[in-house]
Amino acid sequence: MELCDLSAHELSLLLRQRRVSAVEILESCLRRIAQVDGRPGTLEPGDPLPEDAERVHAFITLTAERARAQAEAVDRRLAAGEALGPLAGIPFTVKDIFCVKGTPSTAASRILANFIAPYTATPVARMEAAGAIMLGKVNLDEFTYGSSNESSAFRPTPRNPWKLDRVPGGSSGGSTASVAAGEAPLSLGTDTAGSIRQPAAFCGVVGVKPTYGRVSRYGLIAFGSSLDCPGPIARNVTDAALMLQAIAGPDPHDSTAANLPVPDYLAALEEGVKGLRIGLSPDYFRITFPDPERGEYDQQPVPAEIAEAVRRAADVLADLGAEIVEDVPMPNTRYGIPAYFVISRVEAASNLHRYDGVKYGYRTPQPVQDLHEMYRKTRNEGFGLQPKLRILMGMYVSAAQYSAQYYQRALRVRTLIRRDFEQAFDPHGKYRLHALLTPTTPTTAFPLGAVYGDSVLMQYADQLTVPANHAGIPGISIPAGLDHEGLPIGIQFLGPDFSEALLLRIARAFERATEDAPWRQARPEVLQRLAAE
Amino acid sequence: MPAEEIDRDTFAHLVHLAALELDEAQAEYLRRELNHQLSAIHELEAIPLAADVPITSHGVPYPPEICPPLREDDWQPFPDTAEILGQAPQVEEGYVVVPDIPHTTLE
Repeated sequence: MELCDLSAHELSLLLRQRRVSAVEILESCLRRIAQVDGRPGTLEPGDPLPEDAERVHAFITLTAERARAQAEAVDRRLAAGEALGPLAGIPFTVKDIFCVKGTPSTAASRILANFIAPYTATPVARMEAAGAIMLGKVNLDEFTYGSSNESSAFRPTPRNPWKLDRVPGGSSGGSTASVAAGEAPLSLGTDTAGSIRQPAAFCGVVGVKPTYGRVSRYGLIAFGSSLDCPGPIARNVTDAALMLQAIAGPDPHDSTAANLPVPDYLAALEEGVKGLRIGLSPDYFRITFPDPERGEYDQQPVPAEIAEAVRRAADVLADLGAEIVEDVPMPNTRYGIPAYFVISRVEAASNLHRYDGVKYGYRTPQPVQDLHEMYRKTRNEGFGLQPKLRILMGMYVSAAQYSAQYYQRALRVRTLIRRDFEQAFDPHGKYRLHALLTPTTPTTAFPLGAVYGDSVLMQYADQLTVPANHAGIPGISIPAGLDHEGLPIGIQFLGPDFSEALLLRIARAFERATEDAPWRQARPEVLQRLAAE
Repeated sequence: MPAEEIDRDTFAHLVHLAALELDEAQAEYLRRELNHQLSAIHELEAIPLAADVPITSHGVPYPPEICPPLREDDWQPFPDTAEILGQAPQVEEGYVVVPDIPHTTLE
């Protein structure tokens, strides 16, 4: 066990007891990165190298010197007896969709590959103000558009540390891979349809999608502005709570950041689940499998291993004193993806108009006759297929003649999805839930190349996570077992607006009750190999 | 196989609106995926929507008590404008330079 394998709260304690220095923690993480990460993602990777398949490839940009300067500053403050921030000396990685002043901030796209951000996103600034140390920028699906990390323009793309021929999930795949591989105890991700929770489930780590507006979006390169939520990724619930504490709160730079005080997420973390009402819905044990060739959408049960993991978790919580409420109807769950296909595309197309080769980013080097030709060539060469697909769909479904049929309808279905949750969580209603317990994903991590290219099937990977984005409510995914191939299974707790403290408390109760479970002793393939060397 | 809702002409119009230009292979892939996605979107038509169901443009309500007050509309200088201008592909004497802008004379 190296320092880099310890949790943020353990490292924080060791640092304050002066048993380790911030530089020692940092060097441990940098050593792990050198051992397991392989070459970083790049626009011109050339032919695949044999060793590429053996490495994690979480990073696009490693900022080791910047991190060393920060770690040395923490050690100086410690030596001088000055007050330390709550995350002092704790390394973290940042999904490369956040601007960080002076660093390439690429969105994993050619069109922003040369962009050096002139300012820092609020969540990153808050991590650094709390003393945390940024290791660098990690890979993602291009502009976050995907659920496998395979659409990144920066290759090699990340692999799942648990099984290197599997995807890490997406779009925060570099974030969850870096945390699972012990490269960093924490990572900052974003979740628009499940992009924190789905890769967290695939990589066996904890991922929190906060309530919309709980964490500022200032400095986040926008995708779906009514859906995007920055949030923490960690190896355990306590660390996720620590990180959320640092990044949450009002921000004068973001008018959608809720003007609400941030509760103490650690205060009630260990208070257990006695008396809490936790729901199960049959609508989250059914999944939709699209067959676009036939144009049909078949409903199937969630795979048995995943359903059983959720049921076991419900039993554990019941043993701890929670009341499990069965058969909570969430009838509009299955419409989450169809509505998302419309809403997110309209917002994406709008947000992507700004990339035009004029103010920043890529401009075509080809000779052009006029401005319009420059726009077209720049956007054609700069965007990959997935951004193009989203722009075109956004243009179509928001066109004046189709808007009522598609966009307006999708926004009204969004109302129904929100109502499902409002009814389930209504304190005076029939169900009076404190939280809903569901599977996070319809499958465990799938093989690289197995889904990529089929944009419909890929989108359905988010079918159990996207309803929370439509509704704006918070959710957390935590590990809850392994499937027959040894791949992590994630379970999800969803709660009412701004109920993060309660969700963290429930997740922590499950974590504590299962800390001796045999599946918790399993280690990702990449770390087993390292131990065997 | 469902009918193709986005035919070649409609697709060409979308490509024009999106300020893209695509090679044949890209166009074929993207048009096929658009039509597949539309088949998913048509699932929404199965939902009975009462006339009084309003739209939700974001999930979490924004009552005034949690809305941040609007900032004063003050000019706040950025500390290093050269850093911002330095991102532009072509700059001359503090101006961002672009190729010729096509003009249309209105009648």
